[in-house]
Amino acid sequence: MSNMLEVSNLKVAVDDVEILQGIDLEIGRGEVHVLMGPNGAGKSTLARTIMADPQFEQVEGDIYFEGENINEFSTDERAKLGIFLTFQNPLEVAGISVEDFLRTTKIELTGEDISVIKFKRELKGHMQDLDLDQAYAERYLNVGFSGGEKKKGEILQMSVLNPDLVMLDEPDSGLDVDAVRIVSETVADFLSDKNKSCLIITHHSVILESVKPDFAHILIDGKIVKRGGPELIERVNDEGYNWIREELGLEKVHDEVLD
Amino acid sequence: MSNLRSNLTSDHNVKQLDTERILAEKAAEREALKESRRKERAEKLKERTYVEEFDRGVYDIKNPNTYEIMLDKGLNEEIVREISSIKDEPDWMLEKRLAALEIYRELKNPNWGPDLSELNMDEIATYIRPKAQMESNWQEVPDEIRKTFELLGIPEAELDYLSGVGAQYDSEVVYHNVKDYLALQGVVYTDFESAVEQYPEIIQEYFGTCLKPTLHRYSALHYAVWSGGSYVYVPEGVHVDIPLQSYFRMNAPGAGQFEHTLIIVEKGGSLHFIEGCSAPRYNTINLHAGGVELFVKEGAKLRYSTIENWSRNMYNLNSKRAIVEKDGVIEWISGSFGSRVSMLYPASILIGEGARSEFTGITFAGAGQTLDTGAQVVHKAPHTYSAVETKSISKGGGKAIYRSLVQVEEGAYGCRSNTDCQSLMLDAQSRGDTIPTIILKNDDVDFGHEAKIGRIDDQAIFYLMSRGLSEEEAKAMIVRGFAEPVAKELPLEYAVEMNELINLELKGAIG
Ligand SMILES: Nc1ncnc2c1ncn2[C@@H]1O[C@H](COP(=O)(O)OP(=O)(O)O)[C@@H](O)[C@H]1O
Ligand SMILES: [Mg+2]
Repeated sequence: MSNMLEVSNLKVAVDDVEILQGIDLEIGRGEVHVLMGPNGAGKSTLARTIMADPQFEQVEGDIYFEGENINEFSTDERAKLGIFLTFQNPLEVAGISVEDFLRTTKIELTGEDISVIKFKRELKGHMQDLDLDQAYAERYLNVGFSGGEKKKGEILQMSVLNPDLVMLDEPDSGLDVDAVRIVSETVADFLSDKNKSCLIITHHSVILESVKPDFAHILIDGKIVKRGGPELIERVNDEGYNWIREELGLEKVHDEVLD
Repeated sequence: MSNLRSNLTSDHNVKQLDTERILAEKAAEREALKESRRKERAEKLKERTYVEEFDRGVYDIKNPNTYEIMLDKGLNEEIVREISSIKDEPDWMLEKRLAALEIYRELKNPNWGPDLSELNMDEIATYIRPKAQMESNWQEVPDEIRKTFELLGIPEAELDYLSGVGAQYDSEVVYHNVKDYLALQGVVYTDFESAVEQYPEIIQEYFGTCLKPTLHRYSALHYAVWSGGSYVYVPEGVHVDIPLQSYFRMNAPGAGQFEHTLIIVEKGGSLHFIEGCSAPRYNTINLHAGGVELFVKEGAKLRYSTIENWSRNMYNLNSKRAIVEKDGVIEWISGSFGSRVSMLYPASILIGEGARSEFTGITFAGAGQTLDTGAQVVHKAPHTYSAVETKSISKGGGKAIYRSLVQVEEGAYGCRSNTDCQSLMLDAQSRGDTIPTIILKNDDVDFGHEAKIGRIDDQAIFYLMSRGLSEEEAKAMIVRGFAEPVAKELPLEYAVEMNELINLELKGAIG
């Protein structure tokens, strides 16, 4: 089996309320998948469950990574396998600098000690790619960061930690035009390595122009209701989701806000 | 300071070559010694096993309880007289002791704060003299006692980054030394008994005037049975550029330690004083009721750093107080770890215009512990400034309470005071609380108070774990980050020690 990630019949609940109602998803090595859907559909829940967020209960189904069932794997064990999630809303951790945090996690992930100087150099390169100034490394993780700095920080972490499967949860929301371009280019560059796979959640077409997904999945009310290729993305971007609701015989939603 | 040092060398130019060779030899010797101690320490640290509460590694080393003198348990006039006579004290000191004993008898335990009913003075030996003389050379300190201090890393610290060290074992100081170049400038650093003997006028003038025996029951007790401690004198304009440290070690079970620390920094002088404390774990109750009196004169600056790491059988009822004159600065850095109960509220009395007090503290309460700590500031003069920043951590059902007083007197206009206390609970059983008292007697005060109590954020733990950190490491990182404002105020070696203590506490107790 050549799939890097396989999710089958995944049902997820919070406080006995089922948020995901039987998700199937397969992501092969080198593939880029986009997950689209209106707010509250369950996109973040899916990505977070794949990362084993303890607030979500996996009530049914299986998750496989590189052919291995990882249902019982803890979050850090999944990270060590090479799974990575950029957070829609990254958390603030006071008292820990970006640099210290990343060096500690890098050592933890690779099991190899990296000298402070060597790491500094590597970090500096990645920060330049993202147009982050040097002081950024000294600042406490996400504390007092602007929305853009937080999002760029997630991409920086991805670049430094170099995972195999990246799940990007709205990496482009709330960014200005320049920042969207920089983030898009950095992600596209990262994915030019054909051993990497990606699941990207987004409402915008700009990032998709660089990242070029191979597949699209539409998630509505906890179910994947439609799948397709680039043409599906285009149609959703032009028309929203009501035409899909219509096809499915669901009630239409007016004035849909796509962010 | 460094100026003076280079003058000293150039005056002795002739000897320089020889000195260099000797210094190089000494350095090599020192390195070898340090290496072997480091290994031994590492071994000890590895030996930790998790029993009962948990093993605190080197801090838990128990020496056989051999001593030269151990007075009967309990407290009465006879015992107080005996302590005084053992020390061969002048009459005025004995009188102060006896007066304090009277006060102790009249005072009750405080009717607020942690429960002290378990503490029974009839079960506490107030004076234990170790089998040792006061030395100024570590090699002369008896093996077993020296070993303990070596494992705690004290002699190394002296070699590496201190300008003077005092070490107290049970009731008496066993080692005291200060670098020559400081002594040459008139800096005095000695055990308190020697100070009483050598500087009677000064001690008589200052002793008990900052921290009064009437303050509370355990300060009265302290003055009745005090033993050991340090005296530091920094003359006008002298800057002690490298910290001095005192280390207080309690070895005997069922005992009390009552060291007295008195520091005077004269006009325009400066000093960083570090105090470390620890004791092994016993099942009997131990009591620590030290007394610290600090006198900061006009334009002088004193930083007083403490890391206390008591065993869980300790009642730590310590009193610390500073009087700060015009434009003087007191900085408190305080780390409170261990103990069964701690009540510790260092106070700054700002009596001169423009005087400043800054307090930075951290408290960690684990299972079965109540750490009731905080800071007090009394603004008695105009344009005085105070800042308090505290962090409390509670875990496994522990209670960490921040209790504070800020008082601004009538004539003290134009004062500024700012308090920021944060409390982090690591689980649902633990308790963090803040109990501030604010008394403002004039309205020309720029006053701020912020308190934040919160539980450790599961989503933050998830976030860190998603980057590959284990749950334990993720928690430790959050706690370390929480403690960072305190750690960054400490010299590197002590910051490292504090982080080790935090890790130990996180790993240790149940839950
Ligand atoms: N911790 C939670 N507790 C309760 N409900 C939640 C929780 N997290 C998400 N939900 C609910 O699950 C649904 C899906 O949320 P989410 O996955 O964040 O959607 P999306 O990312 O697609 O906007 C929403 O209705 C949301 O309110
Ligand atoms: Mg979302």
